[in-house]
Amino acid sequence: MGRRPSQEKTENAQKKTESSKRAGQRDNRLPIKVSGGLFAVLFALLIGYLGHFVATSEQDMINNSYNSRQKLLLSENYRGTIYSRDGEVLAQTVKDSTQNEIREYPYANLFSHIVGYSTQGRMGVEDLCNYYLINSNISLNSKVANDIAGNKNPGNNVYTTLDVKLQELADQQLGIYKGAVVVTEVPTGKILAMVSHPDFDPNEIEVIWDSLLEDDSSSVLLNRATQGYYPPGSTFKIVTALEYIRQNPDTYGAYSFSCPGYYRHGDDRINCYHGTSHGRVDFESSFAKSCNSSFANIGMTLDREKFGETLDELLFGRELPLDLRYSESKAEVSPDTPDWEMMQVSIGQGKTEITPIHLNMITCAIANDGILMEPYVVDRIESAEGNVIKTYQPKEYGALMTEEEARILREMMTAVVEKGTATRLSGQSYTAAGKTGSAEYNNVKGDSHAWFTGFAPAEDPQVCVTIIVEGAGSGGDYAVPMARRLFDGYFREKGEL
Amino acid sequence: MQQYIIELSKYGITICMVMYTLLSFLGLFRRDEKMTGFYAAQCVFTFLLQLLCFLHMALVSGNMEYVFFYLFAQVFLLVVAIMVPMIYEDVNRMLLGGMCMLLGVGLCMISRLSFDRAVRQYIIVLISLIISLLIPYMLSRFRFWKKMTWVYGLVGVFVLSAVLILSEVTHGSKITFTITVSVGQVTFQPSEFVKILFVFFLAGALWENASFGRVALTAAVAGLHVIILVLSRDLGSALIFFVGYVFMVFIATGNYLYLLLGAAGGSGAAYMAYRLFAHVQARVLAWRDPWTYLDDQSYAITQSLFAIGGGSWFGRGLLKGTPTDIPYVMEDFIFSSVCEELGAIFGICIIMVSLCLFFVMLKISSQIKDRFYQLIVYGIAIMYIFQVFLTIGGGTKLIPLTGVTLPFISYGGSSVMTSMIMFFIVQGIYMRLRQEGGKRGGKKTVSGKNGKRAEKDRKQ
Repeated sequence: MGRRPSQEKTENAQKKTESSKRAGQRDNRLPIKVSGGLFAVLFALLIGYLGHFVATSEQDMINNSYNSRQKLLLSENYRGTIYSRDGEVLAQTVKDSTQNEIREYPYANLFSHIVGYSTQGRMGVEDLCNYYLINSNISLNSKVANDIAGNKNPGNNVYTTLDVKLQELADQQLGIYKGAVVVTEVPTGKILAMVSHPDFDPNEIEVIWDSLLEDDSSSVLLNRATQGYYPPGSTFKIVTALEYIRQNPDTYGAYSFSCPGYYRHGDDRINCYHGTSHGRVDFESSFAKSCNSSFANIGMTLDREKFGETLDELLFGRELPLDLRYSESKAEVSPDTPDWEMMQVSIGQGKTEITPIHLNMITCAIANDGILMEPYVVDRIESAEGNVIKTYQPKEYGALMTEEEARILREMMTAVVEKGTATRLSGQSYTAAGKTGSAEYNNVKGDSHAWFTGFAPAEDPQVCVTIIVEGAGSGGDYAVPMARRLFDGYFREKGEL
Repeated sequence: MQQYIIELSKYGITICMVMYTLLSFLGLFRRDEKMTGFYAAQCVFTFLLQLLCFLHMALVSGNMEYVFFYLFAQVFLLVVAIMVPMIYEDVNRMLLGGMCMLLGVGLCMISRLSFDRAVRQYIIVLISLIISLLIPYMLSRFRFWKKMTWVYGLVGVFVLSAVLILSEVTHGSKITFTITVSVGQVTFQPSEFVKILFVFFLAGALWENASFGRVALTAAVAGLHVIILVLSRDLGSALIFFVGYVFMVFIATGNYLYLLLGAAGGSGAAYMAYRLFAHVQARVLAWRDPWTYLDDQSYAITQSLFAIGGGSWFGRGLLKGTPTDIPYVMEDFIFSSVCEELGAIFGICIIMVSLCLFFVMLKISSQIKDRFYQLIVYGIAIMYIFQVFLTIGGGTKLIPLTGVTLPFISYGGSSVMTSMIMFFIVQGIYMRLRQEGGKRGGKKTVSGKNGKRAEKDRKQ
């Protein structure tokens, strides 16, 4: 088979005759190479796609409840433990007297929505970290030892950013009211507390499940903080104000309006809260006093197309950078928006709806020089032996507004506390800033949800609080004192109070 | 101890496969044909891989049946790897080794999924081997291969239409004949075998004359094949035939326009099929939005994705996953079960090895002077690699699902038999090439009777 020197001559002779023969027929080595190349590209695509799929989707695939592989994992491992940020157990799996595995929630109702449950479907952190909780990353030696002893392997543990004391405080503030509280850390986006009322006891979830499902009126299972739709009311004036600054960067300071307690445009009329007449107001005092008439007036001057773009940038009707299950807020303005609707939108009424977490994110961005930090609740995952498997770092989503716009809004929100609707927050050792809202949800007067969203300290924001109390009345009267106690609690815990 | 072996064998399996794949690619770029050590290394990895897989399964299940099956499978692979080169010393070792590797993986995976079927598959593989071994001999013994062009075409069309009209409907595709023999039921998928006839038909029709008239004539016959297959709801085969046709015309004419024309015509025909047939629409719908129709049309594809995603890079380990949740896992989704239990790295290696075999066949075809045989090798290469693309792309949701088998690995007698026959046709032609010494920078000169016969053959 090898080349033998004696045959070279004959070979060469043969080559010649062949090449002359081939002259009749085209040489098609190139087309063959081309087709090889085509398929090489096709397969590179296939391999790239497969690799990308495997690299990105393992968790989603395991978590899908149609996937029977979860059961397989749970037959090998038992569910890991969920901890608060200071190491308190929020959920763990224990064995009862008959050696059955039971999921135990030591704080009962307190973390019902955010930590969630894992039977009857899943919710909250139990859902978010299901993949890690049911996988075990202990060493091979320990696995072997467990195998010999006939024990299951412990699943990985989840350390959350949740703060038990703040969560308790937030829970107390809401008390018997329906509503939600979100407390986040401004520079990082860590969720420190998230409460939704009414709540339930996840220890009893299997027993109470049917009654929870039957009860349509109070939607106990809904995490109002991320999925609850509320009219934003006057808190939306933050958005309207931002748009006015954008469209009148040099002249917004010169704005002035004389408020008779209402604003009329054609047959449509907007009233100030309780019909109060605010007299002559400028831009800042319109905001601080939450003058509906003035803001309806401002809204009517705005370019509706640009307003629509700003709403997009602020993530209305968009996906939020949030891993928890949430609803997308609704607010729409376009050149086709009729005048009466424009007036409604400007003061956060009408069809506009927002979730508390979204309002909290906008507030955080204002507090953080316009940059939105993605809110997150899981700090790290550790194996049962304490090896860190994954840590979650603070992550910038991007700028929702410019630094200058954020600065102006911070000043205006400080004025709300100092001389506007949130004066119950003034006179503290820290300066707070924020915006109240009293969102009417029935056309009957007096039925309103109390809103507050704000941060402290105003000069160097650390913590952001968003509160909604359903049907309580005005934000200034109900939500602001709650916010004050939460700020107090936060600074007391940090030892700054 | 057992636990350690089980965990470690998982990585051992991946390493063997990766090494094998690397060697395959290295082999592509070697000019020297005599690389005994090189092939020996490939063989070692093939056998080591089998050993680890079956050891793993025996340990996990405690079932000794796996050990027996392992022994049988090894005997077979040894026979192929050692005996075949002894019978035919000019056999292409790359092609032979790759086939062994894929057959081995297939037998291992099928035995994991269903032991009874693995035994059936084993028997069919044995029969196929015996048939295949005759092929190189028949290719050189008989002279009439080039004269039968219209027979190939007519028989192909006849068989396909007979199936369409006569056979029962299975899985929504009218693609099988069920013949009841005294031993039991043998299901037989004629479209697989027609592939071979189809390649021979096109090669016969185009090798000496690739004028526009000829191309149009072959287009009519090829179109008939494709239309019958689409009517039989065998979309995967229809596509394979179509792509095979386009590429073979491209090589026969050397005209790039035919590729463009094929792409345009193919897209147009696909769109027409989409508009006309509900079963095509269902496939596309299940592909575009599988999560919405999870319970229904998309059940198979989503289960396949769960399997691949759940397996991650190194797999869950043999017998540790739940691949049987996927419908038709042994036929259409064997790749997903490989990914789940042996890992995505292993799966990617399977893809690369298949691609490598394709390149080997292309290389052979580019060395052949006789246009007829060149077209046959080329056509087989294209049909093989395109089928691999269809089944893996479908199972991973890159393209809509067409339900074709993965050659050598999937369960299915017709599929494995056809694939083996095709590979041995290539082998037979390769041996001719080497015996004629017509190979570029030839290794052997024309000698004796064989050479004269080849010379004569070329003149025909």
